[in-house]
Amino acid sequence: MSNKDNWKIWEVFIRSRNGLSHKHVGSLHAPDAEMAIKNARDVYTRRSEGINIWVVPSDEITASNPDESEPLFTPADDKVYRHPTFYDIPDEIGHM
Amino acid sequence: MQNELVQYTLRLGDNALILGQRLTEWCGHGPILEQDIALSNMALDQLGQARMLLQYAAQLKGEGSTEDALAFFRQEGEFRNLLLLELENGDWGKTIARQFLFDTFNYFQYTALLQSEDETLRAIAQKAIKEVTYHAQWSAEWVIRLGDGTDESHKRIQEAVDSLWEWANEMFVADAVDELMLEKGIGVNLTEIHALWEEKVAQVLAMATLQMPAETWAQTGGKQGDHTESLGFLLAEMQSLPRTYPEAKW
Repeated sequence: MSNKDNWKIWEVFIRSRNGLSHKHVGSLHAPDAEMAIKNARDVYTRRSEGINIWVVPSDEITASNPDESEPLFTPADDKVYRHPTFYDIPDEIGHM
Repeated sequence: MQNELVQYTLRLGDNALILGQRLTEWCGHGPILEQDIALSNMALDQLGQARMLLQYAAQLKGEGSTEDALAFFRQEGEFRNLLLLELENGDWGKTIARQFLFDTFNYFQYTALLQSEDETLRAIAQKAIKEVTYHAQWSAEWVIRLGDGTDESHKRIQEAVDSLWEWANEMFVADAVDELMLEKGIGVNLTEIHALWEEKVAQVLAMATLQMPAETWAQTGGKQGDHTESLGFLLAEMQSLPRTYPEAKW
């Protein structure tokens, strides 16, 4: 395992049950996608946390720049009418 | 018949217990965090299977026997596990090779046990088969990656497979207990399993660019209680606490 330093980092997303979206749970090392799934199974689903796993190479993720947070996010702060909080969501809708 | 069933169940249980104990030695020492956790998971799976099987063996034996008594208060010569499983872990390649050779066998063994005439063994197999299937996939994936990896990993995994081959052969040597259990529809047909195993192992080794070792003799004795010197050290560690403090509670 002399080249374990070359192992990629993968971001792991788990769907905890049907109807819910995959949720980011953390990251791990793996030499390739298949082993990343197996590692994710061992590291993140030992306590029945999931029914489906996605893995994505970390370097394939493009993140927004924290320095640009103000122009990106603050304009939404004073527009409360965009939140659906003025409606009652019927229970039958379940997870939105 | 009752005595053979006890022996047969002990063999299954001891295989799980001894391999599980060996794998726990990797806890905290895996080449990378993820593999450390994977092996620890598998060790726990093995211990879980060992518990079910030893509970059943204790129940069949009667006379107040318990799973703990069987695990912690038997001597070396009373253990019935395969020799392959008590051998020292060696490097990562050897641990993976042992795991692959045994997991593949165990997968076919538990698949066959799903049809056992013995209701309890059948139920245990139903529970174990999911874990065993995952173990077999996992170790095969690792054999492929080590074999088809670097020159060093290729060399080490090939050496490991070669050196373990004669020990793996014990899995397929049937004795009177195996034959009676097969006749009663309780145990598995080792000749059939050998053929399935060879086919699967050949397929994985080919993908791993590894050579299938030449046919060789079989190291035997584990199933009858004749063990290598490695088992004594393993038991000394595993049994030391309950033997020193027999009344100890968790």
